[in-house]
Amino acid sequence: MRNIHSVLPACLANVTKTYDEHVVALREISLDIHPGELTALLGPNGAGKTTAVKLLLGLAAPTTGIARVFNADPRDAANRARTGAMLQVARVPETLRVREHIALFSAYYPDPMPFAQVVAAAGLGGIESKKFGELSGGQKQRVLFALAICGNPDLLILDEPTVGLDVEARRGLWTQIRAFVEHGKSVLLTTHYLEEADALADRVVVIARGRIIAQGSPAEIKSHASGKRIRVRTRLALDEIRALPFVTSATNGGGTIEITTASSDEVLRTLLARDASLADIEITSAGLEEAFLAMTSGAQAPAPVRTGDAPVVHQK
Amino acid sequence: MKMLKIHLLEAKYEFFKVMRVPGFVVPTVLFPLIFYVFFGVALGHQRVPGSVMLGKYLIATYGTFGVIGVSLFGFGVYVAIERGQGWLQVKRTTPMPISAYFVAKMIMAMLFSTIIIIGLFILGAVSGNGVIPIVEAMKLMAVLIPGAITFCAAGLAVGYFAGPNSASGIVNLIYIPMSFLSGLWIPIWVLPKAIQKIALFLPGFHLSQIALGVIGAGRGGSMLPHVIFLIVATAIFLAIAYAGYRRDEGKMYG
Repeated sequence: MRNIHSVLPACLANVTKTYDEHVVALREISLDIHPGELTALLGPNGAGKTTAVKLLLGLAAPTTGIARVFNADPRDAANRARTGAMLQVARVPETLRVREHIALFSAYYPDPMPFAQVVAAAGLGGIESKKFGELSGGQKQRVLFALAICGNPDLLILDEPTVGLDVEARRGLWTQIRAFVEHGKSVLLTTHYLEEADALADRVVVIARGRIIAQGSPAEIKSHASGKRIRVRTRLALDEIRALPFVTSATNGGGTIEITTASSDEVLRTLLARDASLADIEITSAGLEEAFLAMTSGAQAPAPVRTGDAPVVHQK
Repeated sequence: MKMLKIHLLEAKYEFFKVMRVPGFVVPTVLFPLIFYVFFGVALGHQRVPGSVMLGKYLIATYGTFGVIGVSLFGFGVYVAIERGQGWLQVKRTTPMPISAYFVAKMIMAMLFSTIIIIGLFILGAVSGNGVIPIVEAMKLMAVLIPGAITFCAAGLAVGYFAGPNSASGIVNLIYIPMSFLSGLWIPIWVLPKAIQKIALFLPGFHLSQIALGVIGAGRGGSMLPHVIFLIVATAIFLAIAYAGYRRDEGKMYG
């Protein structure tokens, strides 16, 4: 007897996915979705998030590497019954009513949620009899969420569930997603909003240009992304700088040291006190989103940050 | 039982879905009936030379026209849209058997075909130009409704190769000329000889010939060549559709 709790709900192992032989969507990605956790796959548009989702849903096969869901092929009938998905879809049949969409999708699954429970969980009370085409953007996304959860899945995959929604609608859907996670289900959510990953996730995996560039708790990712970046020429050793208070990370970048920090003032004061010859000081001040973009935009990306088993990120 | 239930429920909602789209119902269901009013009711008291009344003759041809419309549009346009705009992919993530998707559309096309044929029976009977005995009516339905399969296959082939925006135009380009050239609007024997030759290569013509045959308005001769033509055409359309399906799957799993 295998222990069901030891089985990973979903994983990608060394997966590379190329389209049309030269467009590389994912490069050597390894990603685990842990049971009972909400994992956010965070990255800008075109990072490879939707490709990762398609691989885990069996809508595409890896070029190399392995995609597994509940330790089996994602396309297995049993996996289809245990997995719910919310995809980015350009057009949903608009003339069917909300209750009809839910009734049909519920019938596909062996053990669906009762209709009333689906309506409550997706916040669809009062609009069950409306046609899909009559709904607002936020309501439409909630219906797609309802279709993803109506089969009572153990694994829920949400591909950019709140993209294009206004703040209020986005927060509404967050409430529904949070409630679902509280039932101990495993969720993979893709997003390009750091705020969304922070609000919902137990663990954040940052992806850019098909590679995983950072992963950790939302707090870790946020501190990393929210920090300012100082670039200086100094005779201080890298290890000495890393040990300073408020320093998140420090890397050697061709003659200059690049320091990520939560407090540039404190770090600069210390650096100046210890090294009177400090020169070429450059501070990049960035808001959350800007810092995140800097982190995910290719050439300037810092070395991958790993947390958990290898504590390279120093939390202060 | 579960599988049967999924197929039937899928068919039910497929029917509801298209029934509520005026852009589907008006051209596919109302046009055959309106055409029949123009030609069958207004002119149908004339007698087809050596045969039945024109009003009765046109029930078979407009019935064929109706069956072709719902089948081509129901498959061609909706498969192209649902495939091209992501909805089919959403369904593929569920345990829905893919057969339910296709069977539902076929049942939908057959239900609409039945509605059109019954509508034509009523118009024929009320006008007095196309009174069809019950046995002939049953035979006509038994020909036309399964006849939808050929055009469902043709629609499926279009749906797997056309884009979501172009599918409707492509279906119209097939539907309207083929209906005319097959003698479904104006009886084939009125049309020029050249068109009568073209008709021999069109599935619409062959289905209408079988339909005319069972209500005593045929040209005589064996039904077998028509049946064989339709079976071969269906096989070709399915092969094309399957190639498109494989191409799609290849994109997904390749």
